[in-house]
Amino acid sequence: MRVTVRLFARLRDIAGATELARDLAPGATIGTVWRELAGEYPGLAQYERSISSAVNADYARMDHVLRDGDEVAFLPPVSGG
Amino acid sequence: MATALSITSGYTEDVTSLLAIGPEPLELERIVAALDTSGRFHTGADGAVVTFLGLVRNHNLGRRVRYLEYEAYEPLALKAFERIAAEIHERWPDVGLALHHRIGRLDVGEASIAIATRSPHRANAYAASRYAIERVKQIAPIWKREFFDGGDVWIEGATADPDDERARAEAERIACA
Repeated sequence: MRVTVRLFARLRDIAGATELARDLAPGATIGTVWRELAGEYPGLAQYERSISSAVNADYARMDHVLRDGDEVAFLPPVSGG
Repeated sequence: MATALSITSGYTEDVTSLLAIGPEPLELERIVAALDTSGRFHTGADGAVVTFLGLVRNHNLGRRVRYLEYEAYEPLALKAFERIAAEIHERWPDVGLALHHRIGRLDVGEASIAIATRSPHRANAYAASRYAIERVKQIAPIWKREFFDGGDVWIEGATADPDDERARAEAERIACA
């Protein structure tokens, strides 16, 4: 299955991409995707404990199981207002 | 929410949404008017409107700020605003809320967020206004990049977790202080 990954703010700068496509095995979770990305872009690892994640524009936990076509987003600590 | 909530954002439309995020300059009059015409507040029972504008400051942590760039995960930001509106409705049932956030490049002195609250008595409108801005800073997926004399930096505040009850309680404590 294939998911779209969206990265924001500094995470996007580190990876050099706003959007990535990833092919995953069935049963893969948000955490699976994160670990894969952190392996590819070592600069992301520092965010391990401070990121939030979302699936299809709803907040979701790292153990959330993904489905084909999902949009996964990784969000660094927020600073709106 | 009991109000007629339109999710579409932007000031190009005839009806101003109660909750919105977009690149257009913020106008307090627009969001106050949005509250005024949002149905349940038409009864004349309200005695207070509180407005808040967050502005781009020319200094931060000893740096001279030139401008800010705001970025958002817009669909989730709108859902976060809806959640904040629902929390306010639960905590202060007589308060109406309008909240708009701007994104893109903002120069010093420009408004990044506009909040209007309305209620029969001022205490709840003041409290809900403060609660709204504290919760935006906690859970809205919005980021500011600061461009200052000598460089730029992404500002990183809170890890967004809408289910974190301690954060919510802290926002309520600040609101009611």
